[in-house]
Amino acid sequence: MLSYKNHTEKISLLKEGKITLRENVSFFLERIQKYSHLNAYNFIFDDCLHQADLIGKKIKDGNAGKLAGIVVAIKDVLALKDRPLTCSSNILKNFQSIYTATAVQKLIDEDAIIIGKTNCDEFAMGSSNENSAFGAVLNPIDNSRVPGGSSGGSAVAVAAYLCDVSLGTDTGGSIRQPAAFCGIYGLKPTYGRISRFGLTAFASSFDTIGPFARSIEDIALVLSVISEYDEKDSTSQNIYAPDFSTNLNSNKKFKIGLPKEYFAEGLNEETRNAIFEKVEQLKKDGYEIIDIQLPHTEYSIATYYILTTAEASSNLARFDGARYGYRSKQSGNLIDMYVNSRSEGFGLEVKRRIMLGTYVLSAGYYDAYYRKAQKVRRLLKQDFDKAFEKVDIILTPTTPTTAFKIGEKSNDPLEMYLSDIYTTSANLAGIPGINIPIAKDKEGLPIGMQLMAKQFDEKILLEFGKYLEKNFN
Amino acid sequence: MNSKYEAVIGLEVHAQLLTDTKIFCGCSAKFGAPPNTNVCPVCLGHPGVLPVMNKKVVEFTVLMGLAAECKINERSIFARKNYFYPDLPKGYQISQYEEPICQYGKITIEFKDGLKKDIGITRIHMEEDAGKSIHDQGYTTMIDVNRCGTPLMEIVSEPDMRSAEEAYLYLTKLKQILTYLGICDGNMEEGSLRCDANISVRLKGETKFGTKTEVKNMNSFRNVEKAIEFEIERQIDIIEEGGKIIQQTLLWDADSNVVKPMRSKEEAHDYRYFPDPDLMPVVVDKKWKSEIASSMPELPDARKERFTNQYLLPKYDAEVLTSSRELADYYEKVLTVTNDYKSASNWIMTDVLKVINDEKISINEFPVSAENLGRLIMLINDNVISGKIAKEIFPEMLKTNKEPNEIVKEKNLVQISDTGEIEMAVDKILSANPKQVEEYLSGKDKVLGFFVGLIMKETKGKANPQIVNELLKSKLGRLKGK
Repeated sequence: MLSYKNHTEKISLLKEGKITLRENVSFFLERIQKYSHLNAYNFIFDDCLHQADLIGKKIKDGNAGKLAGIVVAIKDVLALKDRPLTCSSNILKNFQSIYTATAVQKLIDEDAIIIGKTNCDEFAMGSSNENSAFGAVLNPIDNSRVPGGSSGGSAVAVAAYLCDVSLGTDTGGSIRQPAAFCGIYGLKPTYGRISRFGLTAFASSFDTIGPFARSIEDIALVLSVISEYDEKDSTSQNIYAPDFSTNLNSNKKFKIGLPKEYFAEGLNEETRNAIFEKVEQLKKDGYEIIDIQLPHTEYSIATYYILTTAEASSNLARFDGARYGYRSKQSGNLIDMYVNSRSEGFGLEVKRRIMLGTYVLSAGYYDAYYRKAQKVRRLLKQDFDKAFEKVDIILTPTTPTTAFKIGEKSNDPLEMYLSDIYTTSANLAGIPGINIPIAKDKEGLPIGMQLMAKQFDEKILLEFGKYLEKNFN
Repeated sequence: MNSKYEAVIGLEVHAQLLTDTKIFCGCSAKFGAPPNTNVCPVCLGHPGVLPVMNKKVVEFTVLMGLAAECKINERSIFARKNYFYPDLPKGYQISQYEEPICQYGKITIEFKDGLKKDIGITRIHMEEDAGKSIHDQGYTTMIDVNRCGTPLMEIVSEPDMRSAEEAYLYLTKLKQILTYLGICDGNMEEGSLRCDANISVRLKGETKFGTKTEVKNMNSFRNVEKAIEFEIERQIDIIEEGGKIIQQTLLWDADSNVVKPMRSKEEAHDYRYFPDPDLMPVVVDKKWKSEIASSMPELPDARKERFTNQYLLPKYDAEVLTSSRELADYYEKVLTVTNDYKSASNWIMTDVLKVINDEKISINEFPVSAENLGRLIMLINDNVISGKIAKEIFPEMLKTNKEPNEIVKEKNLVQISDTGEIEMAVDKILSANPKQVEEYLSGKDKVLGFFVGLIMKETKGKANPQIVNELLKSKLGRLKGK
């Protein structure tokens, strides 16, 4: 296994010449081969050894960027020029992007090595990474289980040491949930913190890009690099981004809120116990723990699935076989081309969501579903606003259960949707959330704790996360 | 029109805005580039791209809103209009729906007899254009994405028009305002101005609206008038025969001068409008609004008014000269050289407009510069040349755009105002035509014109006609007195 815990350690090993970047990248490439059954990657970039040589030299010469030496995998919904961009869908199976996403460009500009693109649920729709044209991704801890989704490949790439860090996307939990299932850190930043330009849209007002890592420090480092206002994304916010990786050891005694709605029926006993055990410890450590209420939580899943499917139905309209992507051979006329290309190109779950979204936006249903859900979304936001008047951080389980079996929920979409019950609220409210691996269950499966903070308050999540990493891991 | 009925007409006008770049990306919005060259990932609708609002589009639309006395909404939002078509890369058009940028305005039209009428403006909003499908390339359909994302402004009127003539006047007025503002070239034939009409008829005195039809595909001002006339008559005929109007979309067929129904499949759309989550609300605060307002040029009605007051022009002259901003600008440029307002107007209304209409060119393409026309007028007023000579010089100016003074010098056309020289010519002609002199002396005053003609001929048209007349009359008078 690797001889470093985070990038700071790695860079000193590289500088001291104890390891070379080429060896390190080769190590990852070999492991990717060895663990190819995990199916974490859709594409490996064969120029990464060459990159390793170039950046290795830069490190030696002392003119390297902030991410020099780091090996990154990116979710295959992010655009990288002249590389495939498939979104794990047959409809884009032979598509190459003609431009690079802002967040990915920022990594490259700081000398990160992009090793490949990771598998995911098709168009980021799913909670198990079973909905992929490239096949399911397996949980490295127990290969009969799912890694979570939709950024399952990105989570596994980090958890199984197939790269240093990765980028995923989170629309309703797609970073935090797989991070929890795989026992690593995964951060969903504030909506608007990181440019979405180049992120293939699933639900535009929910989608965020965020990092997976094996340490808080690396999460903070990547976040610092990719956070910046981007004029190419009108929804990105021109708000100061601090250097997230400094002063992580503040040990500030944040006020912690426990929302009772997140510990109600449906939460697995072991997970509940594990969380409360940590909470007790925090109390002993002098943290103030406050019971809070987020009264509209019970509507979050319904609201989430109305609004995200509505946006998705429109966002995915461009994949029609007319200009790029898959076109059915059965395309005798325009309507046939549309119907057949989309029927053959999209997977079941994507089609289900397109239909749901089309329905809730239809004439006669718009007010009852879409407009009402927008109102509920505002109420959910207000819940959080009120809660953050009293506390700095909201602490919850990340998922109701640990990683479930492959196939266990794939025939029951509603059951599958409920696995996001604790994570969708942060996307509805646009606030940041992070998964902290805190324990393992009897079967050795990771249990995750979710921390949420006010918009643009990622820093305190990282500071508190660092405290947990140091003391509870 | 059957006099029992009145028509109720509302127009939806799309105006392509003359911005340098497209509405949501940095691509050129210029017309006429080779197919699929003014494109980028954003207007191609590639995965992951996002729209970024072009501020100029907001400014142009607010300008139009102010010109139409609209309420400018401080906050307006973009919506997605969802439908599938190959020349619509994203599968939706970004438009405005529930909260448009401008609402509740009016445009005043003026009839030939001077009567005026206000046509209400329901709303003005911003949106992007789609691409072009080219169907005449054999079995395949080609797509040109250049036009995707070209900024459009949609101007929706109230159903306030009662005849095809009113619709025509409204549309011409709109074009006039748009071109005055410099935000649209108003060319219907090229599609930079497009018009759809909602038409219904009802018995006079009835307050409820009849069932309306929508007529599309009218690609000239005359076609709009003709199509509306046709549709009104068609509806009246149906009602007169006891039939009912079906609400439908019709296409104007300019070749056969009839409307034809659109295939019903093409109009069975549920556009599933919803706010575009990729764009923030457009906020036009007081400061920005007043900045835009301060860039407002003089509008056609105000300019017409000023022309009658400042230059003492007849109303008709003012109307013709202000019909387009360029023509009015040309006129006022002539006035930088001469202050003979009326002569300048006469020259433009007759000689200049004749050439423009005959050659089918715009005033901007007119070869004689306004300054040179002004100089020509000054040469007459300074008695350097006669009006007659001026009319000879003008075609020469058209050909060469030389300064008139130069042409006068080259061709030695300077007017003879030297009394001695003219006197010699008068004497010569009088002595050569004794018979006509007798006639004059016996009371035939008309013969005077005959002499003037001969004298002008003798002087190659250069003699100052006023002096010729004076000398002739005094010489003949003296003969009479003898």
